[in-house]
Amino acid sequence: MIQAKNLAKRFGNQLVFQNVNFTINDGDFLSLIGPNGSGKTTLVKIIMGLEKKSGGELLVDYKQVIGYVPQFRNIDIDYPLNIEQFVRLNLKFTLSRKKRRQDNELIKTILEKTGLSKLKDRPLGLASGGEKQKAYLAQALLNEPKVLILDESTASLDVEVKMQLMDLVKELNEKENLTVIFITHDYDLTKKYTHRALFFKDQTLKEVDVSDVSEDMFDMGG
Amino acid sequence: MFAYEFMREAFIASTFIAITAGLVGVFVVSRNMSFLSHTLSEIGFAGASFGILIGISPLAGMILFTLISSIAVGSLSTESSRREASISAISSLFIGLGILFLSLSSESSSYATNILFGSIVGISSKEVNQLMILALFVIFVFIIFYKPLSFDSFDHIGARAAGLKTRLLSIAFLVTLALSVSIGAQIVGSLLVFVLLTLPGATAKYLVHSVPKLIMVSVGLSLAGVWLGLYLAFVTNWPVTFFISAFEVIAYFLGLSYKNWKLNH
Repeated sequence: MIQAKNLAKRFGNQLVFQNVNFTINDGDFLSLIGPNGSGKTTLVKIIMGLEKKSGGELLVDYKQVIGYVPQFRNIDIDYPLNIEQFVRLNLKFTLSRKKRRQDNELIKTILEKTGLSKLKDRPLGLASGGEKQKAYLAQALLNEPKVLILDESTASLDVEVKMQLMDLVKELNEKENLTVIFITHDYDLTKKYTHRALFFKDQTLKEVDVSDVSEDMFDMGG
Repeated sequence: MFAYEFMREAFIASTFIAITAGLVGVFVVSRNMSFLSHTLSEIGFAGASFGILIGISPLAGMILFTLISSIAVGSLSTESSRREASISAISSLFIGLGILFLSLSSESSSYATNILFGSIVGISSKEVNQLMILALFVIFVFIIFYKPLSFDSFDHIGARAAGLKTRLLSIAFLVTLALSVSIGAQIVGSLLVFVLLTLPGATAKYLVHSVPKLIMVSVGLSLAGVWLGLYLAFVTNWPVTFFISAFEVIAYFLGLSYKNWKLNH
């Protein structure tokens, strides 16, 4: 469970948000929406402990591992690692043979789960947008997180690939009770997949019913 | 060839230099720090000249200057465009300082040539021992930090998201880079040490697709370059640096052509 009470964030004198209150329960699939620059990524960075809050309270059970799939990554055509080796970057160093065997099993399971088993030897730099996103997701899943944060992971993908990726996340949410926080500008995906929606407006965060989510809430202007 | 002691010393020193440079080079390339490694070698030149001027060894002067500046550059700015501009400003200053220190010291100009362009005859057995210890230290640091450093170098954003202490890793890496520049400059010279620190690593990424294999290929190319360079320099009496850079550049373009060929087939 993640709970915020009167959470606030400032960068210097500039207020990003204040009076933010919410409770995220285990197994929730929620979208975090709002214009660009409204504080969505800043909020998830605070949840992950990568950014400091400026005020209020935030209760996060850090025994729950949080997996984060970031918005941008510098993977060009010459990026050398193949998909499996990219996913493996998130493994801890071990000299134990037993642990290494377990790690190999885990990699195999996660590649299967994300539909990457047959593509594991493909250089990531040559993979399609959807395959890259699946590899990022697989890497984040390696720590067996209880909470998964997707930061605009479906942006720049075509509709069919978006749906495939979201179906996969939905399956993990339903079968493994994985909590999913989905930062998005996509109206259709919000409606189709998420159960709750948190909406940034006027420097604060409001919960809205998914059925009340409207397209103007995704105004990119911000 | 091995009947000459200076050649034996040069081979031992070069072997350690090549292993260190090949290993560090994989991470220089993946962290986009080729330009920084070039600048560090120019800073190393100023350090070596400073060492001569105040009467300490050129190697000690180099280590002093490269260590201080690598840590300074590392904490200077995380924005790459700003970092590039800062690095080129620093680079020009240090080349000027190197020339100033040399002109203030009483050493002859051939000494400067050795620092800048490298030499196979200038290595004493005491210096070989120093190089070996430094090289082993660099390798040791890499073994300790191998996993997190690989994560941070090949996926900086993912490593930050996973909560790794990337700033600390960056400083640890810059320290090993500074040491590698100082070690490598002893044979190939400070102007061309970046050849060994960038090209084998860059070539490797066109050929193989995992971190251990990248390291193996990079170290292999680096070793092949210095061994072949030393042999040809001995036979022809031409500068060793020429052969090493020629070999690494040819290997790089062959690697690039191979990658392009593979993309089209």
